[in-house]
Amino acid sequence: METLERIIAEHPYLSGIDPQWIELLSGCAANRKYEPGSYIFREGQEANEFFLVRSGRIAVEMAMPNHDPITVATVLDGDVLGWSWLLPPYQWKFQGRVVEPTRVFALDGKCLRQKCEANHDLGYELLKRFCKIIDRRLDQARFQLLDVYAVAR
Amino acid sequence: MVTIPVPEVAATPGFLVPEPFVVRRLTRETQDTFTLTVASHGGGDTSFVPGQFSMLWSYGVGEVPISISGDPAEHDCLSYTIRSVGAATQALVGRRAGETIGVRGPFGHGWPLAEARGRDVLIVAGGIGLAPLRGVIYHVLRNRRDYGRLILLYGSRSPKDLLYRKELAAWARLPDTQALVTVDYGGLNWHGRVGVVTTLFKYARLHPERTTAMVCGPEIMMRFVIRELRAGGFAREDIHLSLERNMRCGSGFCGHCQWGPWFICKDGPVFRYDRIRPLVDRHEL
Repeated sequence: METLERIIAEHPYLSGIDPQWIELLSGCAANRKYEPGSYIFREGQEANEFFLVRSGRIAVEMAMPNHDPITVATVLDGDVLGWSWLLPPYQWKFQGRVVEPTRVFALDGKCLRQKCEANHDLGYELLKRFCKIIDRRLDQARFQLLDVYAVAR
Repeated sequence: MVTIPVPEVAATPGFLVPEPFVVRRLTRETQDTFTLTVASHGGGDTSFVPGQFSMLWSYGVGEVPISISGDPAEHDCLSYTIRSVGAATQALVGRRAGETIGVRGPFGHGWPLAEARGRDVLIVAGGIGLAPLRGVIYHVLRNRRDYGRLILLYGSRSPKDLLYRKELAAWARLPDTQALVTVDYGGLNWHGRVGVVTTLFKYARLHPERTTAMVCGPEIMMRFVIRELRAGGFAREDIHLSLERNMRCGSGFCGHCQWGPWFICKDGPVFRYDRIRPLVDRHEL
């Protein structure tokens, strides 16, 4: 039978991580399923988790006043969702709507923050991995802002 | 007085003199983009290499360079996917079946289909940049045993701007083919991917050492894509780009599309990245 630790260790976000951290992370992880149309989190809510997506599709949306929400990104198998748990005020800035049946590992951010404070090596390892994702997403957001397919006027 | 020699071929219809072509059909692709299919009045051969372009003339309005977006195996007609953004393109997409337009070409160098034989083919297209690459897809699918896997990464502004939607869905179902589509912004009714075209690389199964990449879209998009390809291990000589400038004569005489030592109309529009890299990387050129 597959253990939670072994399955978590196979997620691309944790690829190559020191096995000692897997046990620590698994202690903060829960296996979850979401149905299409449900929201994993909503803008403004307290952000005390992040998600390792195992399968499915989640739309990262921005709520618009008097308008349907706009999807700014989609998150799929093997991706990581959410870093608002990392920094105060620990509040979601977007909302996560499930588009396809989705399975994730939800990692308890509060539990992890405590573990990272107690063990800076773990904190540094996680931050390095999140920085890589943030750098990539920032790059993509800038590209998106250029609106390159608009007709030049 | 200096006499400039004019090649004999210049007077040939279809070279500098537009040849009359009759409109067979006009298909709406998106709100502002149409595919125009035309055939020679005289029923002449219309062979071309995917990636080549023609100069399309709407009589009394003007002439514009448009890439050929049809199937290279069809030798009796030519298709052009045209975004209606100015007077000449508006006039072209305003034509009805049976009406006539002027056609010069095809011009330029197309995609390296022979060079890619035996290899995987990666197509990265943005917006209307899929049009000049559609012929490559037709060719690879028609000659399936000559090529490895076909991977299409296509990005568009929004779901309503996606070209060839039915074909995209059909290509995605084919064996040895991966067709991934994304839009920069999606709404509630869009269940596909959202994000710029480079986000698709993560989901593509690529083997850079045996893959030829063909890229077409706005130049700024191609810069992001090149960065992604290089980071993913693609050699510069395996990356091919289609460029666009102010093409006029189509034959390198007028100089409008000169780009450093090259004329886009004659030496391009498809270039191998390692050959043009100093110019691609130079700002404001």
